[in-house]
Amino acid sequence: MTSGDWWVMLTAVLCALPCSVLGCFLVLRRMSLLGDAITHAILPGIVLAFVLTGSRGVSPMLAGAAAAGILTALLSGAINRWGKVDEGASLGLVFSTMFALGVVMLGWVPRTMDLDPGCVLYGIIEGVPFDTTLVLGFAVPKAALTLGIVTIAVLALVIVFFKELRIVCFDPQLATTLGISAAVVHYALLGSVATTAVASFEAVGSILVITMLVAPAATAQMLTDKLGTMVVVAAIVGILDAIVGHLLAVMLNSSVAGMMSVAAGIIFVTVALASPRHGVIGKIARRALLRLRIAEEDVLGTLYRNSEADQRLTITQSASLRTRRRLVKLAVWRLTRAGQISNSDGRLHLTEKGLVSARSVVRSHRLWEAFLAKHSSLPLDHLHDPSERVEHFITAPLQEELAREAGECADPHGKAIPPR
Amino acid sequence: MNDFVRLITLQDANTRVVILGSSLLGLACGSVGALSVLRKRALVGDAVAHAALPGVCVAYLVVGNRNFAAFLLGALLFGVLCAAFIAAVRTYTRVKEDAATALAIGSFFGLGIALSRMIQSQPSGNRAGLDSFIFGKAASMVAADAKLISIVCAVVVLAIVLLYKELKLLCFDRDFAQSLGWPVSRLDLVLMGLVAVCTVVGLPAVGVVLMVSLLVIPASGARFWTDRLGVMIILSGLIGAIAGVLGTSISATAALPTGPMVTLSAASIFAVSFVVAPRRGIVAQVARQRRLRRRVGIQNVLRAAYEATEQRTDPRATWASSKSMHAGLRLAMKEGLVLQADADRYQLTRYGVEEAVKVVRAHRLWELFLTDKASVAIDHVDRDADQLEHVLPREVVERLEAQLRGEGRLPITPGEMDVPGSVHEIGGQP
Repeated sequence: MTSGDWWVMLTAVLCALPCSVLGCFLVLRRMSLLGDAITHAILPGIVLAFVLTGSRGVSPMLAGAAAAGILTALLSGAINRWGKVDEGASLGLVFSTMFALGVVMLGWVPRTMDLDPGCVLYGIIEGVPFDTTLVLGFAVPKAALTLGIVTIAVLALVIVFFKELRIVCFDPQLATTLGISAAVVHYALLGSVATTAVASFEAVGSILVITMLVAPAATAQMLTDKLGTMVVVAAIVGILDAIVGHLLAVMLNSSVAGMMSVAAGIIFVTVALASPRHGVIGKIARRALLRLRIAEEDVLGTLYRNSEADQRLTITQSASLRTRRRLVKLAVWRLTRAGQISNSDGRLHLTEKGLVSARSVVRSHRLWEAFLAKHSSLPLDHLHDPSERVEHFITAPLQEELAREAGECADPHGKAIPPR
Repeated sequence: MNDFVRLITLQDANTRVVILGSSLLGLACGSVGALSVLRKRALVGDAVAHAALPGVCVAYLVVGNRNFAAFLLGALLFGVLCAAFIAAVRTYTRVKEDAATALAIGSFFGLGIALSRMIQSQPSGNRAGLDSFIFGKAASMVAADAKLISIVCAVVVLAIVLLYKELKLLCFDRDFAQSLGWPVSRLDLVLMGLVAVCTVVGLPAVGVVLMVSLLVIPASGARFWTDRLGVMIILSGLIGAIAGVLGTSISATAALPTGPMVTLSAASIFAVSFVVAPRRGIVAQVARQRRLRRRVGIQNVLRAAYEATEQRTDPRATWASSKSMHAGLRLAMKEGLVLQADADRYQLTRYGVEEAVKVVRAHRLWELFLTDKASVAIDHVDRDADQLEHVLPREVVERLEAQLRGEGRLPITPGEMDVPGSVHEIGGQP
């Protein structure tokens, strides 16, 4: 990689950092789409500043964009409230109109200045290293300098007002009673988003800003339950997105901003699938294990009831097990291996060890039936089904409590409640 | 201007194609948009539109040339994929729908940008016309495109007509539909499919970025004029059609990009609806609030007058008004409820006494109700009653009265002029 590439990557990282930190609050406050809307809606503000001053000066653009951003929030709020138009629809309405206005206004910009809708959407980060300014004798790209300042400002703001932001995020009413104005925090947040968006737009374009606002925060949300950790994780993920995206772009000779968005999406999907606690795979696995445990307990319970009634039914003939034959096969295999049941002359029997577990399952079932009979107004023939579901979740202490409450002798159908 | 007239009067065959295509497109998008806005899925259309760009790129990479049908197929495929992605994230993870939508927009569009850059840097150097998909170019529409749009439009209208009852319930009460045993997820899928199809055929004309405006703006505008779904869908379709025609015509005559002009046309229609629509428009709302404020002002004067003269036997005794009621007093005099008796003393007219009795009765009945039934403290009840007395419907007052009569708190023989005594001392500002 050349030194130019390093500057490009640094600029991307400096864009990703403030976006991902601010994004956490947007995502938690369910304002992600407002971020999306603002990044589109700042276009007329930028163009107006550009046309009025005739230069690409940063401060007029910042002012124009911040004004346009706040205007978007106010307008969509007004349409939402006064017109009773759904929130998403009023956002879509305002930002598409503002963006259209911006595109039309771009026609006023002289051809000599390179500002076109494409550049607003996906930026020209590859051009960053060529537009430099001198800082302490070093040639530093202007975009990197601007984004560096914005990054420091955003980080400082978030650190100083972390407590206020947290309360407003999770409990706006509490914030109000504590004297923290939710509206002030709301608009400060929007202002910061608009500022970051305008500082980034030249280099990376609005599309990357949207991704960086939402993707790292959403990724962090899959990994942690604490706001502080979430902000830090989001920042790290943002940096990772930028680096991976840049490498991909260099490898495939493609758009840096585009590839960073793609990388952010891929990293989100990976984390969403594989995150230990909230990931989809983990969830599915936990659910599968639970289903297996329930099947095992049902097998044990069925065998116990069989021996009680001295029936000669096979497992697969039992009504409750017939519908999940494959799962039951697996459960039987595991129970046999664990020495809970044994197979002799083609029939399954409970071993000593299995009898203990089976008794516990049936005991839970019948205790719950007895409890329901005593305390709910369900008719007798409706007690079995709920107990069939609950029996798998009754712990030993709860069994004791139920026994004390409902009595030990027999369930409402007259069957004996097995001892512990 | 001459060009514009030529366009609108459809003098060229080519113009006819473009105008027909864009109006039918607006019609289809507008009517589907109405349903998706009511289903609170307004921005899924935006995501689908953005996701169409990588679809078009992939189609180009596979087919190798600018094949319109392949483009649309690719766009549709990715659009559906994107909608499925949002639904999956919403259902299976803790990430909320808004974040999922924004994430899908960013990532899919980013993929589109990356792929189109790769295509553009290919040795063939063919730009594949991908840029026109971003901002749209309706002028390049040919007869085949218009035909495709007409087919889609017909399909959309037919689907809405056939599934009207189902979609209506889906939009207004999904849970109820589910409890009736309707296949709500499949209906949702149908609606999203319609959105995706409309979005995709509209892309070449309106462009990826602003496609959402044709789905959302006509629907939001139509909402101001009606409370009925059927009327709203038709209106929304009409607004969409008008916006399509206006936008493409202006764009063609003034050499401005089509997508933005369609959006701005739709936005202008919305703005007009927002301001002037009866009942829901801003003007009507402000007027209504003004009327209410005036009524409240007059009623406050009447009650003050009644309470000032209550201790004396003559309801038409004069009283001195406080300064704060000046505006209400002027209105009351204009309506013939109050007369000026002296320099700063006023008197109720006969009509004024009748009206004052009604107002005071409503106030005190409500106070009685609050202290009895809602256990509001006596020193709070005046203020609470104050806020409601002006809007109490007649039936409520009558029911309160009947109830209190039944409990023996009012004289049994009803008389028009009965007013219950106040539950608290009269004094201070009413």
